[in-house]
Amino acid sequence: MLRYFIRRVFQLIPVFFITTFLIFLVIRIIPGDPIQAQFGERRIPDNLRAAYIERYHFDEPLWKQYVLYMRDVLRFDLGDSIANQRPINEIFRESLPRTATLASMSVFFIGVFGIPLGIISARRKDGPVDNGFLIASLVMLATPAFVLGLLAQLFFGVRWGIFPVAGVEEGLMSYVLPALVIAVSSTAVTARLMRTTLLDTFREDYLRTARAKGLSERRVFTVHALRNALIPVVTVLAIDLGALLGGTIVTESVFNIPGIGFRITRAIVQRDTTMITGISIFLVMAYLVINLIVDMVYAWLDPRIRYD
Amino acid sequence: MTDTDPVAELDGSLDARDQARFDAEGLVGPPRTYWGDAWLILKGRWLFWVSLGIIVTFVSMAIVPQLFVWPSPGPDDPSGLFCFLSDARQPPSSSHWYGTDVQGCDYYAQVTHGARVSLIVALFATLITVIVGILLGGLAGYYGGGVDSLVSRLADGFFALPYLVGAIVVLSALTTQEGRQIWQVTVAIGFLGWPAVVRLYRSTVLQVKNLEYVQAARALGASDARIIFRHILPNAVAPTLVYTTIGMGAVISVEATLSFLGIGLPINSISWGIMISEAGTRIEQSPHLLFFPGLYLIVASLGFVLMGEQLREAFDPRFR
Repeated sequence: MLRYFIRRVFQLIPVFFITTFLIFLVIRIIPGDPIQAQFGERRIPDNLRAAYIERYHFDEPLWKQYVLYMRDVLRFDLGDSIANQRPINEIFRESLPRTATLASMSVFFIGVFGIPLGIISARRKDGPVDNGFLIASLVMLATPAFVLGLLAQLFFGVRWGIFPVAGVEEGLMSYVLPALVIAVSSTAVTARLMRTTLLDTFREDYLRTARAKGLSERRVFTVHALRNALIPVVTVLAIDLGALLGGTIVTESVFNIPGIGFRITRAIVQRDTTMITGISIFLVMAYLVINLIVDMVYAWLDPRIRYD
Repeated sequence: MTDTDPVAELDGSLDARDQARFDAEGLVGPPRTYWGDAWLILKGRWLFWVSLGIIVTFVSMAIVPQLFVWPSPGPDDPSGLFCFLSDARQPPSSSHWYGTDVQGCDYYAQVTHGARVSLIVALFATLITVIVGILLGGLAGYYGGGVDSLVSRLADGFFALPYLVGAIVVLSALTTQEGRQIWQVTVAIGFLGWPAVVRLYRSTVLQVKNLEYVQAARALGASDARIIFRHILPNAVAPTLVYTTIGMGAVISVEATLSFLGIGLPINSISWGIMISEAGTRIEQSPHLLFFPGLYLIVASLGFVLMGEQLREAFDPRFR
């Protein structure tokens, strides 16, 4: 297990550096002056410009900027936001808990709705319920989160007043509607995956063995079929958590939730390049770490993987 | 051929009788091809015809919007653009089926014209993805070794970047004082999609590379390029078709999302994403500004995704 862990960590390292370097490269080769962008058309005093250059190392060659930047990142310091003049870490301390709440709540909804829907579809394979779910899940996949978010906001927030329209003033209640909106497309994916894996499991020999032993149909289904079929589904749910950190971008800006995603859209408007780099690199790290954890759990559940 | 040709007569009489029996027993029929089989499966499915109908409608809307809306310059509307500032934000009525927008323009005409830019971006972005994917995936699978590691690690690096975050990074880099061009958005979306296609092609090439017919071609002295393009890649045509169709549905949605976030198409372009984004600020007073472009966006995207699902089931032997 430890050897497998070490091997996976060593595989992650080049991926981490390639991705962060790509982000860094793309952001820094932008034509135009990142300092001037903060001042619009106004002239920048020379001493102020010099201070900016010293703080953000803009005078160094690109590779050296990257090395200096990564040295800070590895010390968990993402630098300063060029538009807000505040440490990005400080901004993260305010916004990350909100995004984390939103993302974990949507993973919860995905599990609560996706898994039972998949089970029902699999048990009524090719029946009207199954076909209905199939079409419904394709519609859910085709509906972009921002359209769904605006519609949900209009009906559940403005017209019927069931949920808060926007903001985070009403505690956990404020997160329910946005979390549902984020959950919709992944729920469709999860339900379909649950259906497929369950149908595959129904054909396994160990299920026939369980029946031959004379177990009740209920026990065959819950203990033997469902438990095995859940492994890949739970994996995908966990990987979703990483992708959801990115998926919150749209929903947070629709519902005005000042989390990480909201910050990155603000940073685009403000042309806050250091902020965009910082948030992207953070999201990449989160994604890689979550993937690593998922791999470990998976290897623990299924010994064939770690001896591969 | 004359009527008295004995061979033809014999053939004909045999065919008629035996063919009917064979068909009834399902034993022997006319030679069936891979594509013919797929067509047989497809034409019996109503979802295939629905998605085909949706795609044909939107494609014709994009190519000849005049089929759906026709400007009628008259005494009260010399421009023929259906815009009257005095009619701003009217709800749907018999004279304006979808109501009017902030400028007083007929919203049905606006929404219809929005199809063009969506489909152009979707088509070209998907083409870029597929072409880059075929080239890099083919190279990585065929030559293996260092080229393979390089391409695969690069693909892993792109995968670690959530799609939307990648698009934000690339497009915020392209944002200048003059704004973005449609081709920049297209290239950015296409550029981010290739790693998935690379994996598809790489595995196809690896599967086929050492089969006998490829070895035969190599023994006959065929060049690497000829082996890759004539002997290996045709195996991946059907999966590519499926990928491209589903991909177009996804790109339609991604383009609108980027436009909504303000890093997509320029604000003055007629696009569903921009319309929805502008509707968002007036959602309470004029919900129709959200409904109609939203509906078109969902239906167009759904048409391609549905078609892709049908193609997948028709071409993938596991579903047969």
